Amino acid sequence: MSFIRKPLNRRSILRAGALGGAALATPTIFTSRAWSAGYLNEPTGSTVTLGFNVPQTGPYADEGADELRAYQLAVEHLNGEGDGGMLSTFSSKALKGNGILGKKVEFVTGDTQTKSDAARASAKSMIEKDGAIMITGGSSSGVAVAVQALCQEAGVIFMAGLTHSNDTTGKDKRANGFRHFFNSYMSGAALAPVLKNAYGADRKAYHLTADYNWGYTTEQAVKESTEALGWETVETVKTPLAATDFSAYITPVLQSDADVLVLNHYGGNMVNSLTNAVQFGLRDKLVNGKNFEIIVPLYSRLMAKGAGANVKGIFGSTNWHWSLQDEGSKAFVKSFGQKYGFPPSQAAHTTYVQAILYADACERAGTFNPCGVVEALEGFEFDGLGNGKTLYRAEDHQCFKDVLVVKGKENPTSEFDLLEIVEVTPVEQVTYAPDHPQFAGGALGTCNPGA
Amino acid sequence: MDAILLQILNGLDKGSAYALIALGLTLIFGTLGVVNFAHGALFMIGAFCAVTLNRLLSLSFTTIDPERTDFLGNPLKVETPYVETWFGPETGAAIIDWSVPLAILFSIPIMALVGLFMERGLIKYFYKRPHADQILVTFGLAIVLQEIIKYFYGANPIPTPAPDAFSGSFDFGVLLGLDPNLIIYPYWRIVYFLFAAGIISAVFAFLQFTTFGMVVRAGMADRQTVGLLGINIDKRFTFMFALAAVVAGLAGVMYAPINSPNYHMGMDFLVLSFVVVVVGGMGSLPGAVLAGFLLGILESFASMAQVVALLPGINQIIIYLVAIVILLTRPRGLMGRKGVMES
Repeated sequence: MSFIRKPLNRRSILRAGALGGAALATPTIFTSRAWSAGYLNEPTGSTVTLGFNVPQTGPYADEGADELRAYQLAVEHLNGEGDGGMLSTFSSKALKGNGILGKKVEFVTGDTQTKSDAARASAKSMIEKDGAIMITGGSSSGVAVAVQALCQEAGVIFMAGLTHSNDTTGKDKRANGFRHFFNSYMSGAALAPVLKNAYGADRKAYHLTADYNWGYTTEQAVKESTEALGWETVETVKTPLAATDFSAYITPVLQSDADVLVLNHYGGNMVNSLTNAVQFGLRDKLVNGKNFEIIVPLYSRLMAKGAGANVKGIFGSTNWHWSLQDEGSKAFVKSFGQKYGFPPSQAAHTTYVQAILYADACERAGTFNPCGVVEALEGFEFDGLGNGKTLYRAEDHQCFKDVLVVKGKENPTSEFDLLEIVEVTPVEQVTYAPDHPQFAGGALGTCNPGA
Repeated sequence: MDAILLQILNGLDKGSAYALIALGLTLIFGTLGVVNFAHGALFMIGAFCAVTLNRLLSLSFTTIDPERTDFLGNPLKVETPYVETWFGPETGAAIIDWSVPLAILFSIPIMALVGLFMERGLIKYFYKRPHADQILVTFGLAIVLQEIIKYFYGANPIPTPAPDAFSGSFDFGVLLGLDPNLIIYPYWRIVYFLFAAGIISAVFAFLQFTTFGMVVRAGMADRQTVGLLGINIDKRFTFMFALAAVVAGLAGVMYAPINSPNYHMGMDFLVLSFVVVVVGGMGSLPGAVLAGFLLGILESFASMAQVVALLPGINQIIIYLVAIVILLTRPRGLMGRKGVMES
């Protein structure tokens, strides 16, 4: 065997130089395979594996079960099964119902247990053992922040589930992480004007706040928003996350001069503190000549169900509600309702949307490479997924969309019909600058493809 | 003054729950010598007896209302409880409304059976094993029981309200000549305290004034001698285990309206109840009750904003702090007997 080497001459050097220069000068956006360089867990066969990391045990197991239902539905729709759900109403038409980039979608699941270390362990296992190309899900900000950091280090995309703390896309934001769910700031900004209209500008608020990250950001957001409209904050008290009986925290409220109680609690904390507050007759109380009021900044239907009749008439905010009448919401509720027999929760909605958005971004980028997906999602504007026009802001990977202010329904017709929409707060009212003090610190950094 | 009074009242109902659970724990420890970490699960099962009876009484048949539609646009399915058709709408609704008090009767046989099965089926095999083994097996049993409950009832809390007649609060402020609305206390929590006091008195009376109780007390003091007298003390101790299970179950039933039951509620109470037993004195029934109320009230005081502002985090450690101080000054607990857990 012999090799014939062409002699190096001036012409060949010039030609190679020109070709190389042209290749370097070509913007990567024109090259659909620009991101085809190696990356972690690159799918090589006919399937692609997604990792659904949800609480399957622990206090948020019911919420996790609803997330898993939504993910399974999303996988069906991505693979062209079922009625297609929100794929037909989604403004982007990149998805064809043939999986993602022609590869059939498969999934593995992990159990976060709503514990950061367990969530990281299950995400790590799905990435390393099962070859998951993307991790999504969760029902807690602590978990979201921990798993998001892990995904950044590992080099896969993290599509956050239910996480409401400002920090997820604030000081703890990461280039590989994206959040569709709204946040504490948005809750405060949406709620404050409604509260002013309903209860007036001269109010004295007492905050009971769950003693962890999400509680702090929610307290700060609601406090600043309401104070800006004239309310006074009388007292803020931290309550242990493990507390079950809040009577010792409720009774001092009776003796303060406050006429509003803000419960910055979620899950079991919220169910118990609200139940205790109602038992202690707070809602029947007259203070400063006004009816005493209770507010729950972040509502979920599953929580409302736990608190029963105590939620009646109590204001809060939510990311989405099944009673919305836009085409996207109707398509999702129909699809989910026909498959499971009951309407989806907001946790189900946000996780379904995240799975669809990820798949769409891969299609548009033409690759599963995390850096390509990041580029496709940054600044992406879309509609038809249940929240009206939405922007995935490039600066912090936070979705900006309308926020719902809801109220506990006085006469529910079923166990799912517990909240009524009071106002759809337009996105402009809940938008903030990327360097807003409530989101200060931290940096996105650069995307990590993991290889 | 009014703030102090309120925190004492707050401590009383929490203390009632601690005292009832700790009483059962002490009964089991005193009679069988078993450290039962599944006792919190019995409290939780009691609360779920209330949930179950509420669901049984609410069993419904479905009719279609063509006038209204559900969330999918189909004709609405309307559920009507059977009790409302059998006894009329008003009486039927009242029966469902009173499901928690009715669950007291419903739970007694269930809890007694659960207690018997636990003792005969598992715990009796661990009598002669070290306490560490007993703790491990009963803790494992507690996890199994709570997972079973979660499988059937889900992880979410289930609202189980008290009868309407007990909704609202009593104004102690007016009673004491203070401003109205200053010291108010929910009716159901008063009921809970009185109920707990009644149960505790009944258990003490049973042990003090019946022959059966006398034999049990004798067995607690010297099991071997009672056995040598030809008395089958084991049978009586099995009965005491069932009784302890019933006491924990009743505490759970009545607690259901205070905090919506969830599968994890037993664990929330268990660790604190053990501290209560240790502070009260291992094997001492009056000590368990005294320590239950004492720690309940102290926990309430430690949660006051003024106290937390002075000593941040005190509300989370107060019980353990008191336990350390008491064990340092009175190593056998407040009313502990010499010789218990000292061999």
